[in-house]
Amino acid sequence: MAELGLREPVIFELSRPGRHAGTQFPPRVAGTAQVPAHLRRAAPPLLPAVSELQVVRHFTRLSQMNFSIDTHFYPLGSCTMKYNPKVCHTLASLPEFLGRHPLAPESQGQGFMACMYELQEMLKDITGMQGVSLTPMAGAQGEYAGVAMIRAYHRAHGDLARSEIIVPQAAHGTNPATATMCGCSVREIPCDANGDVDLDALRAAAGPQTAGIMLTNPSTLGVFERRIEEVARIVHDAGGLLYYDGANLNAILGKVRPGDMGFDVIHMNLHKTFSTPHGGGGPGSGAVGVGARLLPFLPIPLVGREGGRYRWLTEKDAPQSIGRLSGFAGNAGVNLRAYIYMRLLGREGMIRVAEYAALNANYLMKRLQAAGFEAAYPGRRASHEFIITLKRENRDHDVTAMDVAKRLLDYGFHAPTTYFPLLVPECLLIEPTETEAKEDLDRFCEAMSAIRHEMAHDPGKLSAAPHTMPVRRLDDVRAAKQLDLAWKPAA
Amino acid sequence: MPFIPHTPEDVAGMLATLGAASIDELFDEIPAGLKGARLAGVPPALSEMEVARLLAERAAQDGRPLCFLGAGAYEHHIPAPVWAIASRGEFYSAYTPYQAEASQGTLQLIYEYQSMMCGLTGMEVSNASLYDGASALAEACLMAVRANRGSNSRRVLMPRTVNPTYVQVARSIAANQNIAFEIVDFDRALGRTPVESLRAYGGEDFAALVVQQPNFFGNLEEVHELTDWAHQNNVLLIGVVNPISLALLSAPGQWGGRGADIVCGEGQPLGVPLASGGPYFGFMTTRMQYVRQMPGRIVGRTVDIEGRPGFTLTLQAREQHIRRSKATSNICTNQGLAVTAATVHLSLLGAQGLERVAQACLQRAHDLVDALCRVPGVKPAFGPPGFHEAVLTLDRPVAPVLAALAARGILGGLDLTERYPELGQALLVCATETKTDADIRAYAEALAAVQGEGLRAARGAA
Repeated sequence: MAELGLREPVIFELSRPGRHAGTQFPPRVAGTAQVPAHLRRAAPPLLPAVSELQVVRHFTRLSQMNFSIDTHFYPLGSCTMKYNPKVCHTLASLPEFLGRHPLAPESQGQGFMACMYELQEMLKDITGMQGVSLTPMAGAQGEYAGVAMIRAYHRAHGDLARSEIIVPQAAHGTNPATATMCGCSVREIPCDANGDVDLDALRAAAGPQTAGIMLTNPSTLGVFERRIEEVARIVHDAGGLLYYDGANLNAILGKVRPGDMGFDVIHMNLHKTFSTPHGGGGPGSGAVGVGARLLPFLPIPLVGREGGRYRWLTEKDAPQSIGRLSGFAGNAGVNLRAYIYMRLLGREGMIRVAEYAALNANYLMKRLQAAGFEAAYPGRRASHEFIITLKRENRDHDVTAMDVAKRLLDYGFHAPTTYFPLLVPECLLIEPTETEAKEDLDRFCEAMSAIRHEMAHDPGKLSAAPHTMPVRRLDDVRAAKQLDLAWKPAA
Repeated sequence: MPFIPHTPEDVAGMLATLGAASIDELFDEIPAGLKGARLAGVPPALSEMEVARLLAERAAQDGRPLCFLGAGAYEHHIPAPVWAIASRGEFYSAYTPYQAEASQGTLQLIYEYQSMMCGLTGMEVSNASLYDGASALAEACLMAVRANRGSNSRRVLMPRTVNPTYVQVARSIAANQNIAFEIVDFDRALGRTPVESLRAYGGEDFAALVVQQPNFFGNLEEVHELTDWAHQNNVLLIGVVNPISLALLSAPGQWGGRGADIVCGEGQPLGVPLASGGPYFGFMTTRMQYVRQMPGRIVGRTVDIEGRPGFTLTLQAREQHIRRSKATSNICTNQGLAVTAATVHLSLLGAQGLERVAQACLQRAHDLVDALCRVPGVKPAFGPPGFHEAVLTLDRPVAPVLAALAARGILGGLDLTERYPELGQALLVCATETKTDADIRAYAEALAAVQGEGLRAARGAA
């Protein structure tokens, strides 16, 4: 990690007229082809003129200003920051895979399509669903596909009044945002003191206007919704469908299947549970699975298999489909990495994922409680993650969850998710994942204990943290008020 | 155990800390009747060596044909540093830069990306990416409806010269918010959208007009006239552009008297491999006045408490994690790693290199069209290529010709017969800077052979 004050110039500041990375330019092609004068660009675009070494050094130095899974424990709750096996990237980067044009004929895609077909089949089995589409390009687009299918289902049944989506208050922000994108209204319902959905509120909310409910289980509160069968019954009896947000699928992999819990549709975050890279903010992949009722509505294309050959299933095969969500077939290369990961894990490895994710989370929670931290739901088992609330520390020492998060950076740990879920005050959502060793969890506990000591004895250390990153705490207010969103040459 | 570091002693110690007899006990809150997923459909584990063998065999099945397909995904040279950098664990295995101080690398890179996209498109602000070009157009249409304060309309004018898959995607995503698309026809002889075809809509209320440049047929639209028409009619102009072409073609910010309002497109040509369609990235730029209507992450430069410059996510009040059901979009994770590649790619090429690539694309497309049109029965559908694609017509059904070419290891283009029946037996072809004289000759010779075979077969049958 780069030290405090280390600054890398914006790449435009390295630029000098006449400098270039010439070996990357194509040879000149003889000919007279031209763009008509009135449609020609007037002045060249503002781009840096730099050498290849300058580019390599600049971006390598920038990379050194990042925390990442490869360099740091990264217990970012709800994001499942587990080890991304190198081989997944290596094999997805085989030249034939990288060079394959998305519109290449099926005769030149049987290898790739075999992988996608098998991936669909494995995901069906893991989730207990009847069909899977790999086209959604991230979790939020998977959510969109799911709610759009629910709407299409009701429409196909002439049930036009069903336009309300029930969302628990603890839900990820994408849930209500998705409902809006699908033209639905949102009805939020509370959770009870134990973190379970308030069933009375659910009963009161469910009715002839209910399109469905969006639920994460285990919830974003880090606990398993124990009365999920009752939740399913209430929603189904009201004529609604159940949507499973797969953000937390890592917690139950091979233990219990969303299909068996009564869910009609699920999205999976392949970049979480199936360990494809997070890439500094994507690409993800938000594959969706559905039960029998929603099968006709899956987004296209899908991979089908007939007589030992694979083929794309499109509009003609699925006339009731909600349609296409991407220019081709979604984040194909991400899906390929997930496929490779799943083959490496196999059946036994897959079941172990949830077991060791739960073991690590429960162990870490117990140790942090022993160190004096307050768990938000102390009477409950942690799933693959858990919440610490710092409301007492906030009251006694005037420190915030943000302070602790920033101080953890100084101790060499990426911070947990902060201030989410919104209904737990001063919270840290901590997800260690199954790939962390016990020693790393112990070191994290030691850091948290040290920070706890600082709260009482040196609180300024926290409020001014971080001290060792390339920059100190940033002025977000100024960032939003004096917008500087693109580099401009000095006047 | 694959990727799990626990020793038996670790497990015993951790369970003892928890006071649990077994790991299974940790799942005791799951109702017993629900448990018991057997995962019969997941095969047993393979070693890395076995997986590598399996994937190499699968890859070999697909081969490496000579590619003249475009239609939204383009083969370009990708400099070696691009993915050497993007594959670094510090970029590859980080996430969205929520902790700005520990993510300055990703944040500065996105700021540089935003700057480059503003430069290329001639616009004031860029977001940090959307999923792909098609979904970016859907978001642009939704954004235009929000941004066009002078219009109450939820209708968007959509020319048929826009990539038809983009239109399908825009419909899949925007229709649930009651956005309707009015389809605008094209000039059969020129293969572009004449401003005259818009005059019928004058006086009606529309939120936006979409213009793709170069259009789906590879032709150039009269972007200045179209943009001016839009603004004269209180309609926002959404430009869908190919980023490489912008080295040669008028920047959307310069279209007409006032420039485009929202610009979007597919970022794949900037250092992202074809890879069966993804991951790519969608880009979006706009005017500063619309920045609060823009979907997706945005990075801003600010200072830290000691006045040192630094970078952070900003204007987050637009986003789902703050605004929830009132957000501009539900997008959260975007296409960060592909953006990383594109930023390195653009840095290596610079304006000069990008212009060389674009000029080579244009010339190669001309060369290809000339070579193929010397084959009997092959004609250009419109004028010369506007950039790197063109529509040709054949004297016979396209699909069997493409199949015969594929059997010879050549991907000859995209059959347009179903999407554009009025063009007859039409084929969309593409040549980028990656194609040599020999490649183009190989295609022309194969096409001549296939056309000739067809002729002989027809004679034989007669």
